[in-house]
Amino acid sequence: MSGAREYARYELLRTFRNRRLFIFSFGFPLLLYYAIAGPNRNVHNLGHTGIAATVYFMVGLAAFGAMNAVLGSGARIAAERAVGWNRQLRLTPLSTRNYFRVKVLTAYAMAVMTIALLYIAGVTLGVHLKSGNWVSMTGLMLVGLLPFAALGILLGHLLTTDSVGPAIGGTTAVFALLGGTWFPITSGVMKKIAEALPSYWLVQASRVGLGGHGWGTTGWIVVAAWTVGATALARRAYWRDTGRV
Amino acid sequence: MPLRCCPVEAGIELQGLKKTYHSPSGPVEAVRGVDVAVHPGETVALLGPNGAGKTTTVDMLLGLQEPDAGSVSVFGGPPDQAVKAGRIGAMLQVGGVLRDLTVRELVSMMAALFPAPLSVDRTLAMAQLDGLAERRTEKLSGGETQRVRFAVALVSDPDLLVLDEPTVGMDVESRRAFWTTIREADAYADRAVLMARGVVVADGPTTEIKALVGTRKIRATLPDVPLESLEKLPGVTRAERRGEAVVLASSDSDASLRKLLEEFPEARDIEVRGAGLEEAFLQLTGDVEEVAA
Repeated sequence: MSGAREYARYELLRTFRNRRLFIFSFGFPLLLYYAIAGPNRNVHNLGHTGIAATVYFMVGLAAFGAMNAVLGSGARIAAERAVGWNRQLRLTPLSTRNYFRVKVLTAYAMAVMTIALLYIAGVTLGVHLKSGNWVSMTGLMLVGLLPFAALGILLGHLLTTDSVGPAIGGTTAVFALLGGTWFPITSGVMKKIAEALPSYWLVQASRVGLGGHGWGTTGWIVVAAWTVGATALARRAYWRDTGRV
Repeated sequence: MPLRCCPVEAGIELQGLKKTYHSPSGPVEAVRGVDVAVHPGETVALLGPNGAGKTTTVDMLLGLQEPDAGSVSVFGGPPDQAVKAGRIGAMLQVGGVLRDLTVRELVSMMAALFPAPLSVDRTLAMAQLDGLAERRTEKLSGGETQRVRFAVALVSDPDLLVLDEPTVGMDVESRRAFWTTIREADAYADRAVLMARGVVVADGPTTEIKALVGTRKIRATLPDVPLESLEKLPGVTRAERRGEAVVLASSDSDASLRKLLEEFPEARDIEVRGAGLEEAFLQLTGDVEEVAA
């Protein structure tokens, strides 16, 4: 176990040393937030949701950025595989469980930083929430990221460095669109589809931020089902992935 | 996790190993029935041309690929068990290292994953990386990267060390230095297993490798003679020109020399010296690289 802790420490160190990763992971959501929420800072009831635009997009983009950050672990895994490092790791006593833990932990480190930056940006645009609401909203978002962490590992072990970029970009775009990152989805078939996706619930964490209700049973079931499904597929992909890339 | 689970006699046993790949152009029988037993303390060189099935065999030995038929036993159990116990160290064929870490950090990270590793300093010294310890891995040359991968294979202090084409990408001097390190580590091959087309074609003491690649080097000053005509001399496996001089590798230096003097009486300053196993390895790994490039 201490071995896995050291492995985690070096993985975090590697991640934090990758400056380009930092600029793009944090830069895009921040830029988009100011571009979208800035001009709408006086909209207090966005799309009849009862939520102010600054709060809605803060959470939406924190969710988008965090989703991107955890899926991004897939790109790093694909890069490791390209140099055969997954095979090298396979020859150590590191267990699958600890490998997954470390990958999820590194992904979450990036996600937490993205969320924190978006919160700071929100505050600069005048977002005011009760401290308890900040905490419960963040907690819910961190739970909502679990399926994406598993999806990132899955993509990383299935795809090569050439294809993983577009795959993650596309996945993020579809999930973000249907999850309501860009505009609220309130009714119709779109809502039915959105409710079956984990990204919708990730964005819905904003309700808690405003003192509203949490996910409700549907939300928890959808997130749990995606987490279990994606984790099982990721495990399978990891196990099969012992050949040369 | 029993570390001393197995009787001392148990080494490696490969029995009837077979592996077929499915490629777009049809099935490829990479390994077609390999039987090899390696005893503790033995150092075995697995040799053969590209596509002979060496790497696939090594993959199955390490548990990275499941054989279609046959069995693998490492220290009396399946390879996974030996891996979990941290008893296997390997430098796999072609590969790089993780970026954004220094050499020392990378080796330390790998050391932490094993139950009883060597000290990182000692490992770095063995792999001749003392001077590069604080260098970022992405700034290393090809040969330096290979040395880091060697350090990674060594740091766990494994009971089984597997090196798959470890000198690919190294220049001649690094290659020589590398094999010198191996010899100092007292891990020089005393047996060679030769594979071709997925089967073992020869298995014996390494003295036989020398015969295969030319045991003697003949050096002579002999300008203006084309290498092709020298390569036709009996016993000559390879001819090289170094300015006015030529260097011939020969498996039968007596026969080569007699014919050389008969055909080219102008040859002078003749030297004959034995080529060590090191030379043989250099030549063999050199050939492999040439084919790969």
